[in-house]
Amino acid sequence: MVKIKVLGSGCANCKRLEALVSKVVAAHNIQAEIEKVTDYNEIMKWPILSTPGLVINDKLVSSGRIPNEAELTTWLTGAASQR
Amino acid sequence: MGQAISTVLKSGQRRPGSVYWVVGLAAVGWVIAYSSIQSLADWLAYSALGLARGSHLGEALAFFLYDVPKILLLLSGMIFAISIVRTFFSPERTRAMLGGKRQGVGNALAALLGIVTPFCSCSAVPLFIGFVESGVPLGVTFSFLIAAPTINEVAVVMLYGLFGWRVAGLYIASGLTIAIIAGIVIGRLRMERYVEDFVWQRQVTASGLEEHLTWPDRFQRAWDSVKEIVGKVWLYVMIGIGVGAAIHGYVPESALAGIMGKQAWWSVPAAVLLGIPLYSNAAGVIPVVSALMEKGASLGTVLAFMMSVVGLSLPEMIILRRVLKPQLIAVFIGVIAVAIVITGYVFNLVV
Repeated sequence: MVKIKVLGSGCANCKRLEALVSKVVAAHNIQAEIEKVTDYNEIMKWPILSTPGLVINDKLVSSGRIPNEAELTTWLTGAASQR
Repeated sequence: MGQAISTVLKSGQRRPGSVYWVVGLAAVGWVIAYSSIQSLADWLAYSALGLARGSHLGEALAFFLYDVPKILLLLSGMIFAISIVRTFFSPERTRAMLGGKRQGVGNALAALLGIVTPFCSCSAVPLFIGFVESGVPLGVTFSFLIAAPTINEVAVVMLYGLFGWRVAGLYIASGLTIAIIAGIVIGRLRMERYVEDFVWQRQVTASGLEEHLTWPDRFQRAWDSVKEIVGKVWLYVMIGIGVGAAIHGYVPESALAGIMGKQAWWSVPAAVLLGIPLYSNAAGVIPVVSALMEKGASLGTVLAFMMSVVGLSLPEMIILRRVLKPQLIAVFIGVIAVAIVITGYVFNLVV
């Protein structure tokens, strides 16, 4: 099970990142649990200065931008195969 | 074409050489397209559609057919270039550069970095907390928070496209001045106690990601942001230019000199007030004010309106309320509004 957290207070880019993550997860049949973190106190526990942030298995992988589909696929399939 | 570029950029990660060819060819294509807009628009309006030169409809349509492709091409090209510059900056790096800087120097540096650091007003809260808790002075943080949205790439490119480089340059210079002065004022007023308490009580978190980007990565990122930004504003640009074209073709010369000209002293503060609630439509507002200016509105009034639209936005204030007490929000709005009004008067006097 890959644990994914999307950090963002509900801005347009955060929603787009979440949708893209769901799409990649579905396309590659990855067993994943996607959590939306919208509370600023929770978000700021991660060392980010700009949203959206993406955390995969408790590791921050991107912040302040929407990674493209290819990057997301690499990260998520990589995380899935480690387990 | 967009799809083709994406595909090549992706394959370019395996064969880096081809990416430079694609970017180079796209640049050549861009220059050819940009230099042939005027003749194409004239041909379409006056020859293909057979409208008479000097007629209301003909003038309006030629204006529209010329400005829409011109602005969209300018936006795509300039955003690509600016985005490449921005891949060399990040909020984390900016914070590291600003840490421990004194007032004055720190405010100027923060305002300049506000132009090149990638920033979206939805990130204002984490950025504010991250800056303040790591020791960036409050006034310096505000200089950044004012400059970053005010001097934004869409506003600057559209001003350049519709008014020329002189107005775009004046806009950047006055945006920087306002950000620096407002930041210094807020710093001097010792407003620290009006920051919400939880901000000061937080543990300082270590700095985040350090990325190593190759040139194909930078091109890919820049292309992604062109698609994102142009995708978001093109409709506003078209509506704005449409309204502007109608004004251009139908409103008589100097019809607005009385209400938006230099003689009407109240037009500057009125323009600033009117600009506060208008935010997301900056892309649509500029073509309209450009047409208004042609009909007698003065430059200072128009610039003040523009800055108020992009620099003082209600959504951003609502977001910042999470970390700032109402008194500080009021000071923030007040200081910027006054600074913009003064800028407007100065331009009306000087230009």
